[in-house]
Amino acid sequence: MEKLLTELNPGEGGTVVAVQGGRGLQARLRSLGLVEGQTIRKLSALAWGGPVVVEIKRTQVAIGRGMARRILVRCG
Amino acid sequence: MGKRVAEEGTRIAEQRPRKHLENDILLVGQPNVGKSVLFSHLTGVRTIASNYPGTTVSYAMGRMRGKGRTLIVVDAPGTYSLEPLDEAARVTVDLIDDAKRIINVVDSTHLERHLPMTLELIAQKKPMVVALNMSDEARHRGISIDMEKLSADLGVPVVSIVAPSGEGVKQLVDACLDLQPNQVSVGNESGHPGHHPHIHHPSPNGRSGSSAEHVHLDRDRIWRRVGELVEKVQTLEHHHHTFADRLEELSIHPLWGSLVALVVIALSFSLVRLIGEFLITGGIGIIGQPWVVLPFGTELLFEKLLLPPLTLLSRFLGPGSFLHRMLIGTLVQGRIDFMQSFGILTSGLFIPIGVVLPYLLSFYFVLSLLEDSGYLPRLAVFLDNFMHRIGLHGYAIIPTLLGLGCNVPGIMATRILESRQQRFVTATLISIAVPCAALQAMIIGLVGRRGIGPVLAVYGTLFVVWLLISLILRFANREFQPELLVEIPPYRLPTARALATKMWLRISGFVREALPIILTAIVAVNVLYQLNLFTYLAKVAEPVVTRVWGMPAEAVVPLLVGILRKDVALGLFAPLALTGKQLIIGSVVLAMFFPCIATFVVLFRELGFKGGLKSIAIMLLAVFCTGGALNLIL
Repeated sequence: MEKLLTELNPGEGGTVVAVQGGRGLQARLRSLGLVEGQTIRKLSALAWGGPVVVEIKRTQVAIGRGMARRILVRCG
Repeated sequence: MGKRVAEEGTRIAEQRPRKHLENDILLVGQPNVGKSVLFSHLTGVRTIASNYPGTTVSYAMGRMRGKGRTLIVVDAPGTYSLEPLDEAARVTVDLIDDAKRIINVVDSTHLERHLPMTLELIAQKKPMVVALNMSDEARHRGISIDMEKLSADLGVPVVSIVAPSGEGVKQLVDACLDLQPNQVSVGNESGHPGHHPHIHHPSPNGRSGSSAEHVHLDRDRIWRRVGELVEKVQTLEHHHHTFADRLEELSIHPLWGSLVALVVIALSFSLVRLIGEFLITGGIGIIGQPWVVLPFGTELLFEKLLLPPLTLLSRFLGPGSFLHRMLIGTLVQGRIDFMQSFGILTSGLFIPIGVVLPYLLSFYFVLSLLEDSGYLPRLAVFLDNFMHRIGLHGYAIIPTLLGLGCNVPGIMATRILESRQQRFVTATLISIAVPCAALQAMIIGLVGRRGIGPVLAVYGTLFVVWLLISLILRFANREFQPELLVEIPPYRLPTARALATKMWLRISGFVREALPIILTAIVAVNVLYQLNLFTYLAKVAEPVVTRVWGMPAEAVVPLLVGILRKDVALGLFAPLALTGKQLIIGSVVLAMFFPCIATFVVLFRELGFKGGLKSIAIMLLAVFCTGGALNLIL
């Protein structure tokens, strides 16, 4: 099943299927290891539209909600 | 003048570096891998190193001895890749161009995250060594790396180091000096996609869409290659859940995290107050009367050590003489008052050493703990939502916190923010509504004599001003604000050594650069009083100062002195016999009115001439309105 990163429950993980966005956004996410095929796990989503915290390659990364909505994850 | 740039080591402060900076050894790596710590070890130049990405916002240069000659070492700002996405990457690409040898600093605990840039660097065909930093942390986490295999595969030497303790640094230097320094500016055929002048892009007409396509393919190849490499050289043991892991989970939890943030902020402010007050009065307590008072503190020191000889000197000179006025100042009820007399030897020593220094020590101790533990990026993540609502970025909290110590490094740190608009707003807010530790020490010392209420009124007003200006600027500029995207470092126990270095740098910067300005300010005030110039100035400024702000006309003097130093300026309110209301208005207006000269210089340098003028215009409007509003409300 494919979900947006924002729709994952805390603790749920999966594989990045697509990152929808311009080259700038793609490059910024890539520099932190967020590329298609990468396994990630959502750790937490802060209240009231705050950032989403994910674990990528044993590193925690905080991603703004708008960016997180552009990341499609295959899980389950 | 008075720039407290030296505080941050010998950081080169130009926003854009010279096109060419020949260097023998260049340290390159991703943010927060410990380049600055290694740099200090190599050169003996002490720089500020902390546990969050973006500590080094510009590059630092130092010298070391090696092979019988002096080598120039440059610490590049941290960057995730050589794609020139931000200022840090562009600076790094320029520096690599001029480098003879490169040390690529890599985090051993996250090889797969760091090796892509290592491959990019190798493609630059410069003599290079890879330094695997944090190898102690890797051992703790059960990560072992086959360095021989890694070195053979990459084709460059690999050395493991622990930068804070210096373990392996000697071997690293030897390996680096064994490299043949090659000629600067070597062409390069394997593609790295930056706007690098010496890289041949394979696209024939240079501007076709195939160039972007090429970059993408190249990236995929790099990531695949790194995956295989890591598979080959790294073995992982099962990692046990540690206490730090639990704490990390807790501090990003939506509910518990906000509690943690509240507790950390409350604890930090209380601790600053507790240590500061103890160092001044010997009293232990946070609010109101201290619980215990020990025979300790700068007040006692001045009373016991300086008062007797100065009283003798005062009698000898005779009150009213010019020398008495300069050295001792005016007597209050027939005796010297260190806060109010305003002579060079009385207030001139007591304000910086007796009041400001204790608070600076206390503030920077607590700030360094926060910086080194790794909590600050988490706080930024937590506040991001709130900060975006008022038009700021979560990461803006870091420059703002630094600004609570001294506005100068605070404004410089706004470089970690991506957009120009963000930098402008954050820097402007710092210069207007964030009181530096020196000013805060005086607010607590002077306004605090009238109780905790007036102190809270001053802080509360400044906070409201900060909030309102950012909201107004947000609606004035509806440009899209970039979202937060930041790596959160693991919690680390701050080391005493790093803490001591940082405190020493910051405090000695104050003594070296602020002390002369403070003494100059006091001399200037006394000379001007003697010449009766202030009566004239007071007349000119009277309409605003008296009618709008409800202050006595003489208050114009402290406001003008505030342009030199805010702490001295607030001290000048002491002899004016202000009412509680006037003292609150005076403190707020002084905090907001013209930044001190050092901040002024940095503000214009960081924002440019037009940006600086815009910022000053906002300041003038804000201070006029705030003072007037307080006069009506209170």
